[in-house]
Amino acid sequence: MAALLGRSCRKLSFPSLSHGARRVSTETGKSLNLYSAINQALHIALDTDPWSYVFGEDVGFGGVFRCTTGLAERFGKNRVFNTPLCEQGIVGFGIGLAAMGNRAIVEIQFADYIYPAFDQIVNEAAKFRYRSGNQFNCGGLTIRAPYGAVGHGGHYHSQSPEAFFCHVPGIKVVIPRSPREAKGLLLSCIRDPNPVVFFEPKWLYRQAVEEVPEHDYMIPLSEAEVIREGNDITLVGWGAQLTIMEQACLDAEKEGISCELIDLKTLLPWDKETVEASVKKTGRLLISHEAPVTGGFGAEISATILERCFLKLEAPVSRVCGLDTPFPLVFEPFYMPTKNKILDAIKSTVNY
Amino acid sequence: MALHLRSSFSSKSTLLNILRHNLGFGSRSHVTRHIRQILPHDPPLRGSQNPISRLCNTMAEPETLSSFVQHEYANNHQVMDFPGGKVAFTPEIQFISESDKERVPCYRVLDDNGQLITNSQFVQVSEEVAVKIYSDMVTLQIMDNIFYEAQRQGRLSFYATAIGEEAINIASAAALTPQDVIFPQYREPGVLLWRGFTLQEFANQCFGNKSDYGKGRQMPVHYGSNKLNYFTVSATIATQLPNAVGAAYSLKMDKKDACAVTYFGDGGTSEGDFHAALNFAAVMEAPVLFICRNNGWAISTPTSDQFRSDGVVVKGRAYGIRSIRVDGNDALAMYSAVHTAREMAIREQRPILIEALTYRVGHHSTSDDSTRYRSAGEIEWWNKARNPLSRFRTWIESNGWWSDKTESDLRSRIKKEMLEALRVAEKTEKPNLQNMFSDVYDVPPSNLREQELLVRQTINSHPQDYPSDVPL
Repeated sequence: MAALLGRSCRKLSFPSLSHGARRVSTETGKSLNLYSAINQALHIALDTDPWSYVFGEDVGFGGVFRCTTGLAERFGKNRVFNTPLCEQGIVGFGIGLAAMGNRAIVEIQFADYIYPAFDQIVNEAAKFRYRSGNQFNCGGLTIRAPYGAVGHGGHYHSQSPEAFFCHVPGIKVVIPRSPREAKGLLLSCIRDPNPVVFFEPKWLYRQAVEEVPEHDYMIPLSEAEVIREGNDITLVGWGAQLTIMEQACLDAEKEGISCELIDLKTLLPWDKETVEASVKKTGRLLISHEAPVTGGFGAEISATILERCFLKLEAPVSRVCGLDTPFPLVFEPFYMPTKNKILDAIKSTVNY
Repeated sequence: MALHLRSSFSSKSTLLNILRHNLGFGSRSHVTRHIRQILPHDPPLRGSQNPISRLCNTMAEPETLSSFVQHEYANNHQVMDFPGGKVAFTPEIQFISESDKERVPCYRVLDDNGQLITNSQFVQVSEEVAVKIYSDMVTLQIMDNIFYEAQRQGRLSFYATAIGEEAINIASAAALTPQDVIFPQYREPGVLLWRGFTLQEFANQCFGNKSDYGKGRQMPVHYGSNKLNYFTVSATIATQLPNAVGAAYSLKMDKKDACAVTYFGDGGTSEGDFHAALNFAAVMEAPVLFICRNNGWAISTPTSDQFRSDGVVVKGRAYGIRSIRVDGNDALAMYSAVHTAREMAIREQRPILIEALTYRVGHHSTSDDSTRYRSAGEIEWWNKARNPLSRFRTWIESNGWWSDKTESDLRSRIKKEMLEALRVAEKTEKPNLQNMFSDVYDVPPSNLREQELLVRQTINSHPQDYPSDVPL
């Protein structure tokens, strides 16, 4: 690129996924919570690529969720810095940095505030490579945002906006379920040659603790994982919701129902093959997410699986999701797709 | 005192506290003047990890701490201390006026007749550069007219001209270097032209044929060229502005002798991205030029319906950005302003705002008939009396660098080339269907591979539904 005139843009390099690609579940590491695992991933990302940057509101002192602790001290304020309070500026600036061959790891303070940046994400980031005929790209862009219910977040600290982004060809959408997953997935997102939106389940920042390998490892994108095997019904979810679904599976097992639980991990582009294979085995599908049910990503999964597995289905696809209201405060317990709502849906699906 | 301080600080706040305590000053700007004197000379910010030097550059200029304030503080402590620094207070209710009595003057060098204004300051151009500037302005004008006509004839789906804004396009490009990265709106093909984009390359994009670098994916005039450091046009207004700031920051970190340059119209300054970008550029101390083509119209919306400030130049100050208003139809002034601004931006690592006043002689695009909202007389006047080409032509002719003969030779050559480029582009086949599915991601994911198969099956079943000029 531009050899004649002296390259203004740097070519991003992408370490191959073959090393450390598979999560080595036997490896042990330190016990970390989610924000510490993410923090480790960011330290590794900045350490392994001198042209990577972390910025957003309040990231300098460590961030409101401590995900960026220690980065500014270690890598300097030119690489890790606070930005003005302006999401469209943060993402727009990140796109420009990425377009020049850098890795721009952008933080949006809450997913609830990502909307001012939606134009930049949809009309610039997602189309940057395509519209230029691959002359340009902003693959080095990764947007991180905490999402999801937290018990007291109300309208503007609890949203799950993933469905909006899953409708945008050109970006990827990734949601980790645990600290170990988050570190490996985030490193993959940062190093993926496409712009990625990475939603972090804020509920798990402190709540989830897991052994996380200390080295540099990556978990592949667009590969769903069967985290619990079963024969009677397939459950698909992502992020914090999987913990709830897992509890429902345990309860269902006591009643003789064998549940297969799949973590989708990447919602766009999503791994249809794994879900399809599972549903062909079980004949039943249940999807659960916090986001409102209407137009939620569960609808996409349901429609696709119906197309592919219609004759194998023993029951309609079930969706246990948030309600079609703004995320309420006092009514949060009623809004949420709880373990018992899921359990009831499992039973009625199995008994259809 | 100075010696003591040189060795004793470990952090910015410690130093400030020491100074505040020992020297009796609270204002950051006052203190930073002392920091500048006390610390050993720092290299410029580029790549520096010293938080203090970064802070120093963003401080208000020392002049803001007026002698009045200094006096007041020294004698009466009649100032108020806020996190942002010290400000004098006043017992009078005083509002800053919504506008200055005088509008910001407009920098120009050539008068309406192309005569050099006496005592004008400008950057010298060589004959070679001046002739290229003029020739490229003529080329742009001819290219625009021929493409416009081609659209009227149904050969092109769409076109947008830059007629009337040739000086902004070409002269600004001439003042930059090839390493400066461009983030255009959509009315700046002249910058590409200057850098060497050929008429054929323009035509290929307009026809979306297989030689189009954009692979036929976008409407005409959505050019892009990575070898010429010109980022691909997107139709969304002002979205390129924050991108340019990020790119400028990259250049800054790499310590490049280059800046980012972004263009936009008067309408674009109303978008949120304008505010976002200027604020970021100032805070990040990014070497970026914001060039506003204030051509009086955003489609049918005149500037009086767009903003109520004194144009765009005054908005720079709100962000702490140095700004200039220039006559956009004066190629020499444009060249000088951009040249000077670029040097400032890179040397001082700061953004600069340039408001180039001009007039959009053409319609907004081929989908617009501007006589519906403005008088044909107005358009005609700007095209004749204030034409940027004739003004510059007078000047280069007065230097003996141009003549009627060179003019007519150039025009007939370009016209021939243009028509040939059109002919070739029209005949060239479209890009292969596979190009619909590539480059959405770096590698097509499974859903796209699947969809391509499905589309191809449908084409087999219903070939009549599909254009025959797209190879499968």
